[in-house]
Amino acid sequence: MKKKVIGQAGWLWTLLASVVAFIYFFPVLFIILTAFRSRSDTLATPPKWFFTPTFDNFYHIFFRSMSNSTEYVATGFHMYFFNSIYISGISVLLALLIGTLAAYGFSRHPLRGNDTYMFIILTTRMLPPIIVIVPIFLIFRITGLAGTYTGIILMYTAFNLPFSIWMMKSFFDELNTEIEDASRMDGASERSVFFGVCIPQVKAGLAATSVFALILTWNEFLFSLLLTNKLTRTMPPAMARTIGGEINVDYGLLAAMICLFIIPIFLITYILQNQLLRGVTFGTIKK
Amino acid sequence: MNRSSGFLSWFMDPKRRGPMLIAPAITVLLLVNIIPLMWSFGLSFFKYRANTLKLPKFSWFYSYEKVLTKDNIWETLQTTAIIVAGSVGLQMIFGFLLALLFASQFPLRKILLMFVLAPMMLSNVAVAIYFKLFYEPEFGLLSQFVQSFITGEMYVLLGTPAGALIGVIFADAWQWTPFVMLLVLAGLVSVPKHLYEAAEIDRMSWWRKFTTITFPYVRSLLLLAVLFRTIETVKIFDLVFILTNGGPGTATETIGVLVYRTAFQFFRTSNSAAMGYILLFAVIVLTSLYLYVIKQRESEEI
Repeated sequence: MKKKVIGQAGWLWTLLASVVAFIYFFPVLFIILTAFRSRSDTLATPPKWFFTPTFDNFYHIFFRSMSNSTEYVATGFHMYFFNSIYISGISVLLALLIGTLAAYGFSRHPLRGNDTYMFIILTTRMLPPIIVIVPIFLIFRITGLAGTYTGIILMYTAFNLPFSIWMMKSFFDELNTEIEDASRMDGASERSVFFGVCIPQVKAGLAATSVFALILTWNEFLFSLLLTNKLTRTMPPAMARTIGGEINVDYGLLAAMICLFIIPIFLITYILQNQLLRGVTFGTIKK
Repeated sequence: MNRSSGFLSWFMDPKRRGPMLIAPAITVLLLVNIIPLMWSFGLSFFKYRANTLKLPKFSWFYSYEKVLTKDNIWETLQTTAIIVAGSVGLQMIFGFLLALLFASQFPLRKILLMFVLAPMMLSNVAVAIYFKLFYEPEFGLLSQFVQSFITGEMYVLLGTPAGALIGVIFADAWQWTPFVMLLVLAGLVSVPKHLYEAAEIDRMSWWRKFTTITFPYVRSLLLLAVLFRTIETVKIFDLVFILTNGGPGTATETIGVLVYRTAFQFFRTSNSAAMGYILLFAVIVLTSLYLYVIKQRESEEI
């Protein structure tokens, strides 16, 4: 296994990196701080760096008082959060499943014109979503898929599929086929070669693919804006909707939403950090 | 042998294993990508508006002609090019520097790396909304900084065309520099260690080591990063849409925003399809280049 670094450096380097990381992270830090500020502190000039933290914003995401009333009602935001988890989860899993099968096919049983297929598949990933969105919008309206979970999950599955195929193919291509042939000699069926021999060897690939697909799906805006309705909307358009008008934007509330929204993806990325390197190139670079 | 097992054995025939494995993927891609793509290609040769019940009328290249002459597509392409050049340029420079910083092992590296990666994990919506706040003339950090240290007056960055462009470029570059950093990092760690050791023996200077060992190794990756980020940035939509909504005037209207507006605000469906195809052409050229660079790189290494 190749090491992930080129050399050793001491604490002095840590200090330098901390300073750089702090400057780079500053806008995010500002958002996090805003989430804990009270409404009057949020827009104070000059900005207040020391304040008594409050959890009001987090509470107000889920419960809000309607104008002048003291009664708190649910905003339905837990639903958007659930939608985000449900839709990205299912579609990433589906893309991973279908993509892995196809990648195995492309890698082990190449067709005539394999490279052309791979090029077309890559193009479908690179193509601007704005081109397909108009016909998709019309098709969804005719078939009644607009606003349904099925519709948006299908959309996101297709959105992640080319990436999964390219990534997983690069991992399958790297495997030593002798092991597979040996188990075939021992009488293993094709199915057990795939599940028992190949899949365990590409676990890192599955992790890399899912973390990248998750980040992209989790934050996707345009498809969700146009293809979901009040009940199936995911977080990004829901957040964009909260700002609504230009004036009186409740930045504290928004910051709290962003904080909640980034936590799942942040944790997953932290756990699978080493796999990220592979994902950035769509698996097109090997090692 | 009954019929169902006959059917099953047709399915399981080793000859068909490849096609069978890729069939589900091809089906999904056909349904959601290829067919809509064909549809919008067809649509671009008709006169059609999605908000009326009038039937589409075949009109040859009318939409293309209209898009290329009447709509402000050239200005929009120019704006997009400026944003791409500025943003990708900044991403490359800072991504490279950050990668050099994180290429060696030091205490707390993994945690600090997470801080730098955070912008990439933010949703475009979040970045756009908060940069809007940072640039805000009254409460925004930028304006307050300028007010208290430089001019003593409120500073409206997004008010002028040039300022708005800078604002968009800066926000986009900030968000995606970590991505370039990851790519360059992948290149830096792939440099064989024995080359550095040999250089050490030859007492090469830091700069010579950099130009003769490090840079040649990451050169193709840098090129890939440029292409990849260019493909992604050409499509820029969410950030501009929320941060400036194309304004002031049409100063920051990118091709993505223009297509969206034409399709969903003016409902000139066929015109938007024609514009989309012009954009697609550019993306296909860039993708071919990208694959070409990958092939080159692979043949270099073997």
